[in-house]
Amino acid sequence: MLIAAIFAPWLMPHDPFEQSFDGLTLMGEPLPPSEEFPLGTDLLGRDLASRLILGARTSLVIGVLANGIAVVMGAFVGILSGYFGGWLGMILMRFTDLMMAFPALLLAIVLAAIFKPSLLIVALVIAMVNWVQMARVIYTEARSLAEQEFIQVQKAIGSGPSRILFRHFLPHLLSSIIVFGTLGISTTVLLEATLSFLGVGVQPPTPSWGNIIFENQTYFNTAPWLVFFPGSAILLLALAFNLVGDALRDILDPTLKGHH
Amino acid sequence: MTKIFLAGLAGIALFGNVALAQVNEKAPQGGSMTVTYKDDVATLDPAIGYDWQNWSMIKSLFDGLMGYEPGTTKLRNELSASNTISTDGTIHVFKMKNGIKFHNGREITAADVKYSIERVTNPKTQSPGAGFFGMIDGFDSWNAGKGSELSGVKVIDEKTVEIKLSRPDATFLHVMALNFASIVPKEAVDAAGEDFGRKPVGSGAFKLAEWTPGQRVVFEAFDEYHRTGVPKLENVTFEIGLEPMVALLRLQQGMADTLGDGIPPAQFMQVMNDPNQSKNVIEGGQLHTGYITMNTRMAPFDNVMVRKAVNMAINKDRIVRIINGRAVPANQPLPPTMPGYAKDYKGYPFDPEGAKIMLSDAGLANGFSTELFVYNTDPNPRIAQAIQQDLSAIGIKAEIRNLAQANVIAAGGEPDQAPMIWSGGMAWIADFPDPSNFYGPILGCAGAVQGGWNWSWYCNEKLDARAAEADSMTDPSKIAEREAAWRQIYVDIMDDAPWVPVFNEQRFTFRSDKIDGDGTLFVDPVHIPVNYDYIFSTQAK
Amino acid sequence: MRNYVLRRLLQSALILLGISLVTFILLYLIPADPARQIAGRSATAKTVANIRAQLGLDDPVMIQYFRYLGGLVQGDMGRSYLQRAEVSVLIAGRLPASLLLMVSAIVTELILGLTIGIIAALNRNKLADQTLMVFSFVSISAPQFVIGILLLYFFSIQFQLLPIGGYGTFAHLILPSLTLGLLGAGWYSRMMRSSMIDVLHQDFIRTARAKGIAKRQVITGHVIPNAILPIIAMVGIDIGLFMSGIVVVESVFGWPGIGQLAWQAIQRIDIPVIMGVTIVSAIAIVLGNLLADLIVPWIDPRIKIK
Repeated sequence: MLIAAIFAPWLMPHDPFEQSFDGLTLMGEPLPPSEEFPLGTDLLGRDLASRLILGARTSLVIGVLANGIAVVMGAFVGILSGYFGGWLGMILMRFTDLMMAFPALLLAIVLAAIFKPSLLIVALVIAMVNWVQMARVIYTEARSLAEQEFIQVQKAIGSGPSRILFRHFLPHLLSSIIVFGTLGISTTVLLEATLSFLGVGVQPPTPSWGNIIFENQTYFNTAPWLVFFPGSAILLLALAFNLVGDALRDILDPTLKGHH
Repeated sequence: MTKIFLAGLAGIALFGNVALAQVNEKAPQGGSMTVTYKDDVATLDPAIGYDWQNWSMIKSLFDGLMGYEPGTTKLRNELSASNTISTDGTIHVFKMKNGIKFHNGREITAADVKYSIERVTNPKTQSPGAGFFGMIDGFDSWNAGKGSELSGVKVIDEKTVEIKLSRPDATFLHVMALNFASIVPKEAVDAAGEDFGRKPVGSGAFKLAEWTPGQRVVFEAFDEYHRTGVPKLENVTFEIGLEPMVALLRLQQGMADTLGDGIPPAQFMQVMNDPNQSKNVIEGGQLHTGYITMNTRMAPFDNVMVRKAVNMAINKDRIVRIINGRAVPANQPLPPTMPGYAKDYKGYPFDPEGAKIMLSDAGLANGFSTELFVYNTDPNPRIAQAIQQDLSAIGIKAEIRNLAQANVIAAGGEPDQAPMIWSGGMAWIADFPDPSNFYGPILGCAGAVQGGWNWSWYCNEKLDARAAEADSMTDPSKIAEREAAWRQIYVDIMDDAPWVPVFNEQRFTFRSDKIDGDGTLFVDPVHIPVNYDYIFSTQAK
Repeated sequence: MRNYVLRRLLQSALILLGISLVTFILLYLIPADPARQIAGRSATAKTVANIRAQLGLDDPVMIQYFRYLGGLVQGDMGRSYLQRAEVSVLIAGRLPASLLLMVSAIVTELILGLTIGIIAALNRNKLADQTLMVFSFVSISAPQFVIGILLLYFFSIQFQLLPIGGYGTFAHLILPSLTLGLLGAGWYSRMMRSSMIDVLHQDFIRTARAKGIAKRQVITGHVIPNAILPIIAMVGIDIGLFMSGIVVVESVFGWPGIGQLAWQAIQRIDIPVIMGVTIVSAIAIVLGNLLADLIVPWIDPRIKIK
């Protein structure tokens, strides 16, 4: 998929923006997959395969980058407030409450009215919205972890916070972080479509997997390819990252060592 | 002495090419129907309601002095028995029918008419329809919150009202047929206060029986309605909150009788390709035009050559194809069913090569970049993309701004924000079937103000003067002359090309086997989706 | 404990104040004139100016905000610009349906998610685990609109078992809860699986097993209670998501919750309704998180409330 995103211009069988005359029936219906259009055409008679390949760019930026930033930020805040607790933890956690209750869609509408639409704004909004949930979950786990004997022992023998956090804390929280990171790919790719719909994100005719699904979901029983293929692309991306994540965890998780 | 003559209503009908609906007098009464809607009903207050969902609901709950023959755009007396116009066109006298009752049982009098018109024009009511009554004498001071009454409306006796206009206005009787001119009982309005929209009391064929927010609104027949044998149905139930696609499923399963939001685009061809279903789809025209505005105050659209080039660049047939043929291509602001439509006008041909030449004549041989604003619900973004492709073929690079409705309307109302807007979803649908209704707010100077609806900011004072002149022709013998004047105004507007008229939407009403009636009732131009008062149930005996 | 709760409630009030202020300012920044919306398309400039004055829209934003706040403390959330009805009435009419769906969806996702997660963890890397993993990812990646309509096709039209949307009986509740629950179940199952795997490898579990305590007992008595912590935090989050983010499910099933109200209001910038919904859902979110923080120490006694 990364390859598809980078080499998109050479892989696309058609111009993804061309609303081909042959791409629709005379009554304006999209065409199912055929030799000419391997994944069929969309509602404007454009080649779906080409649009999916080009759309990988947007969706990778959102699903991997924006979501990645959110996960790192969320983990950071969650660990800090869970480990240190006290005033710092309290302030950070109340801040997450605030952000969670914040009407992000409204912010999107305001941004859409003020700025020109751009992928960067969407990525920022998504990162801003998504880190919060991660932070809550990690906080709860970190709170429990901080009380566990082996951490208390480390504290007692005078290990510095950074050593404890990196050597002992992070590895135990890794599995939750990975779950969030991989599942978040699907949800953020779809969230991007909602935000673009409100005018902040990529604007038509630029494709993204999310907006292809969003535009076409009501057609899923009359033109199923318009939902099935982009949906599968998102699923595959999430699964691929899940495999990478699992492998990463097996390498890093101390408690799992020696059990294979 | 002002000579008063009786204006027989058939004479005032501003156009005569409409066939009367064959209202089946023998159709049985009883039974019920179910209408589905996605959005909540906003309000049923006739002074406030102004969307296509509550418009026809209010029409069935309330009556005004004037109304329309079912299924047509032909005016008729509703609560009035007759009406007269003075020769100078400024004094209207309405004689009311006897014995007409509100749903609360009280008889309607002339004082109720005065109260109702004063209420809708009272600034405290905040009615979106107040502006329609601007021709009534004394409107300006009353609407500014001054004085104790609207002086132009006088109660002559128990059953007679005289309305004096500050200027002759040929559209006045249509205004009196708007929902905003509905007659409401003062005691019910006072009792409900600001919640009158939830507790409506009128004199219409139906009265409100139940309102469960987010779920359903139920109407039941008003036994003492002033037209005998009407309504046919005992109940009308509006089911609220259903996705159009699910609403269609419910109709197919026999659980709904018509779709308030229409056949969803995604299932349209499926329905039309199935003879069992398509036999229940009724097609009709609509007083609607979808258009692209070009802001005549923003370069390069301040150059008429550029606007003409854009007119020649748009492939309207393809756009109609994209929406599965649910419209007909347009070449002028007025829709074909509107009086004043110029049948012989050819418009700008689809000619991308000619458009390119015209652009280069305008000094823009290399094209230019611009923005196209569009309301974000399907199919509008798709149509915008088709427009975008057509523009790029002549070298115009248009970036699409896909936004929530309120954002687009706000941008259009600023002189320097939106170079181009595709009007879909927010487009003008006529309030009443008269050519003047397509001019003032959307093409006249009055609308070319901050926050206005004239998004092309087109202001031609000569045309404004001609429009005022046309509207002062109230003499019934001048109907044809007035129509011709309006026809020429719209043709002349197209010479300045502030818009690209793209298409006129067609209506496709899907009904179940359980309801029936004359076909025109299902595409009634003033009742959308259907005329609830005259449709009957095939289940009734 | 009581002090803690009181302190949290006080903090919550501050958070609500912050949310209401930020939302109010955002709404003020949107370039869409509410008076224009009320006045309609045929209004004159004078009518609009009049409405602006009546609503006090010409005042500075902070004065407008404090006026709103003043009404709010007296329980007055203003009137909808579009519906002209009292916002508190609009919300109160829809809140019960939202709460019912929320509770039912959370129960659904907990049952589905925990079951799947536990089975997957105990059969790690076996076929059952991999099948369930694909299921979880599908349920998260599939658009809810599509899932909802598919469920309707099967259960309501093919088998005629359940009503085609609507509200009122238990039968009406099943499909919306399931549609929402499937998404949540995907998250919960992955969370539970990974959390279980972590716990299973911790020393105290191995010790317990070595002591000869039956596997079943270890799992129900030690592994699950320890693994469930992150799930509880997620339930707290879900309360917030459900209060504001279930527009799609509500409209597919004709469910009269506040999601629909919020979406319509946002699309048309109906400021009093947006404010009202934001505040009500913020209350739910804050309380949900407080509840989660109170339940955690009860399940994991090592954590103390300070």
